[in-house]
Amino acid sequence: MEAVIQSRRKERVDRGIKVRTDGVYAVSSWREITYLVAPRLLLIGGLVLLPLMLSAVPYWQKVLSIICIYSLLAISFDFLAHFVGLVSLGGALYIGIGAYTAALLNTHLGLPPILTIPLATILGGGICTLLLWPCLPLRGVYFAIVSLMFPLLAARVIEALDIFGGTDGILGVVGLPNKWVEMYVLLGAVLIILFGLRRLVNEDVGLVFRGVKDNDQAVKASGINIITFKALGVFIASAMGCLGGAMLSHLYMWAGISQFALDFSIIPIAATVVGGGGTLAGPVLGCLLLVPISELLRDFGTLRIAVYAVILCAFIVFKSEGLMVYGSRKYQQFERWVQI
Amino acid sequence: MEILIYGLINSVSLALMALGFTLVYGVSRLPNFAHGSLYVTVGFVTWLLLNRLGLPYPVAMLVSLVLIALVGAATYQFILVRIRGMAISEIIASYAIGLAILEGLRWGGLKGTTLTLPVFAQGSVDILDVTVDFHRLLVILLGALLVGGLWMFVNHTKLGLALKGMAQDERAALTLGIDSDRMAVFSMALGAVMAGLAALVLMPLGNIVVESGYHVLIMAVAVCIVGGLGSWTGAVLAAFIIGFAQILTTAWMGPHFQVVVALLAIIVTLISRPSGLFGRQKELEERV
Repeated sequence: MEAVIQSRRKERVDRGIKVRTDGVYAVSSWREITYLVAPRLLLIGGLVLLPLMLSAVPYWQKVLSIICIYSLLAISFDFLAHFVGLVSLGGALYIGIGAYTAALLNTHLGLPPILTIPLATILGGGICTLLLWPCLPLRGVYFAIVSLMFPLLAARVIEALDIFGGTDGILGVVGLPNKWVEMYVLLGAVLIILFGLRRLVNEDVGLVFRGVKDNDQAVKASGINIITFKALGVFIASAMGCLGGAMLSHLYMWAGISQFALDFSIIPIAATVVGGGGTLAGPVLGCLLLVPISELLRDFGTLRIAVYAVILCAFIVFKSEGLMVYGSRKYQQFERWVQI
Repeated sequence: MEILIYGLINSVSLALMALGFTLVYGVSRLPNFAHGSLYVTVGFVTWLLLNRLGLPYPVAMLVSLVLIALVGAATYQFILVRIRGMAISEIIASYAIGLAILEGLRWGGLKGTTLTLPVFAQGSVDILDVTVDFHRLLVILLGALLVGGLWMFVNHTKLGLALKGMAQDERAALTLGIDSDRMAVFSMALGAVMAGLAALVLMPLGNIVVESGYHVLIMAVAVCIVGGLGSWTGAVLAAFIIGFAQILTTAWMGPHFQVVVALLAIIVTLISRPSGLFGRQKELEERV
């Protein structure tokens, strides 16, 4: 008797509508336009309406602001890791520097939030870039370790030198006018940055960025200074983090050492891994899932850190593509079994 | 004189903390960021066995070392082996494991309290007008014994040589019949035991607190990077450099700067000489 081995494999085929919408003919029918626009509108509309839906529960509106701050950080991590090739484990540095810059501008120079936030974004981005400048030749694990050390170092230096209010932090930062401004400024920033960055990475600059990530020697050989481009990438990413930090200090009316804490480094990474790296929208999705979980677990104290560490670990090991990649694959392709 | 003696003790403690980390990295190129959490776990488990189950001290130590070896091996076998070779995933995953263990422990009752392990020997002795307690002297002795023992093990036993072979060239080792996955599991277990031994030797000098997990991790990473990742002689030498640098800064500038020294050492080393004092990653110098 001859054993018949039946083997099958899964085949993935692009949906017809996906193929049709790739071309310029997409505008020829409402169905195609809807197919293209629906996911984007879902995100934009969802984010814009969320504050209104949550108006019954003010506590969760606060959480929404925090989600946005984490999203900014997560997008910056994703951009830096998957488009520039620098894995920065120290997102807390950006938050901390942004927060301290905004707080100092506000308390010492008396500038209102409408000035401190943009200034802290630009200045903070500049400071972070200058701090990280010597490390820019490093890649991979080495850059990751150095960037992990920076927030720890910053916190220790502030503590040891007792500058900027030492362990007490800077008190008396002016708050934002009302919670709607808080939420919509942050939501707007997240959306603009998200779609702006998606544009940016497809421009010429984005091409160079990806070149730096994939083969920096080749980029160098083309006569492009890779350090300049890495610095530009770090500036963009850290400015986003600093924007989050500046908002955070106005939100809590306080800037302190705890803004250099590990939370700000680990949650964005977890969100990026869960949401799907390299998609830019994935990290926002990840934050929308993870931050509420962490809020729900607030009663359990530090157990929440353990919980999202476990989630992170599970995703990175078992589902490393992330939700966003998985989702867009399901949206654009169908699968079928074929006989071999 | 005081600086010399305490610098020596501090250096040996740093070397103890770093040995496990550098061992695992050297053999399987896995930066084990869960190292600090293994350290704290051993301390906590030993305390539990000692005070809750009432086991005698040596038995408790032995049991917790065996347990931690199993934990280390299991982490590798079930989790880390799947992402082997993806450097960033390895860092993030092992860091997440460490974080989960540490924060889990903190939640499970290890909260900034005053759990302590008993010292091995009471009393103190005066060496050239400096009072040193016996346990600190024992740290030096045990540290030297451990480094020596490890050296003997690696150079003069079959298993140790297999580990060394894998560290030098994994493919060549595979062709000679060394199972690289099994060796990696074994090295992870051994690294965990080293972390555990460091904990047992050093913990009686202070309290068992979760924060020391992070501290140990930073120190281990600092020592390994300054010494060159994966190089043991480098690690021991770097432990002495950082150890004395820390004691000197404490003496002159205050204890706050201790960690700053370690972090600065990492940053300066990585910027000026990324492969460390004794690093063997030559290709890295071309690449960065």
